[in-house]
Amino acid sequence: MALGPYATFIVTSYALVAAVVLILIVWIAIDYRRQKAQLRELEASGVTRRSGRNATDIR
Amino acid sequence: MTLLDLANPTKFLSLTARVLPWLAGATAILLLIGLYQSAMAPDDYQQRATVKIMFIHVPNAWLSMFVWGVMSLSALGTLVWRHPLADVAAKAAAPIGAAFTFLALVTGSLWGKPMWGTYWEWDARLTSVLILFLMYLGLIALWRAVDDPSRAARAAAILTLVGAINLPIIKFSVDWWNTLHQPASVMRMGGPSLDKAFLIPLLVMALGFSLLFVTLHLAAMRNEILRRRVRALQMMQASQQAA
Repeated sequence: MALGPYATFIVTSYALVAAVVLILIVWIAIDYRRQKAQLRELEASGVTRRSGRNATDIR
Repeated sequence: MTLLDLANPTKFLSLTARVLPWLAGATAILLLIGLYQSAMAPDDYQQRATVKIMFIHVPNAWLSMFVWGVMSLSALGTLVWRHPLADVAAKAAAPIGAAFTFLALVTGSLWGKPMWGTYWEWDARLTSVLILFLMYLGLIALWRAVDDPSRAARAAAILTLVGAINLPIIKFSVDWWNTLHQPASVMRMGGPSLDKAFLIPLLVMALGFSLLFVTLHLAAMRNEILRRRVRALQMMQASQQAA
């Protein structure tokens, strides 16, 4: 696979897409952990949902 | 599980917990196949190796419009049917749609420089996609500016539906005006004009990116539901402390 004189444009494009997709995945994963941690903290402080169900249980 | 069941956030969370690992796996496999096919695709007789940028530029461009379409349907769900997950879906989709639009603009620019001799031209297609990107940023800012999710949802839904006018303008801009951008070569009357050597990797990549969107969107919706639970519990805690 020879990219010729346009290699910089092609490699930059693919690298940028990979970077942005990775940032999206990491951001969503960190946000999930943060929300779960906050819910655990609130439940530990004695606040519970009206239904009485565990707020962090999503299964 | 019926569609009505999915209106229940708890049932929706249970569904996402089951399907997300499968969706993530299928996305990774499809994107790996697509990347391999893109690498192996021959050079174009005019564009040479830069045609490889098409395999990432076009799926991102399609998704930039598709995601706004999903948000427009969600906006109808918020305003007309008052579906409890409609504004969750719209809010979760906006940053992902903005990322796809950003990638479509930048990869298009990197493709444009060697082919057109310029990174940017204020023509109808490029300008209308830039407007779409700015509208995504505006929506994200609106959701962040209003504390109450239900108030923000209604304002965002109206803005989303108004913004949907831009979708046909983007799609048909290459037909209505003289632009540097090439006309449609896949979704056109008379079928695709692309050779199979380029069409197949492009479709595989488009399917892979579409699955990536579904996966990220479901995960982001799950986060938004949890965020609203946090908010509800915090308000409950504040009222208990005040009493």
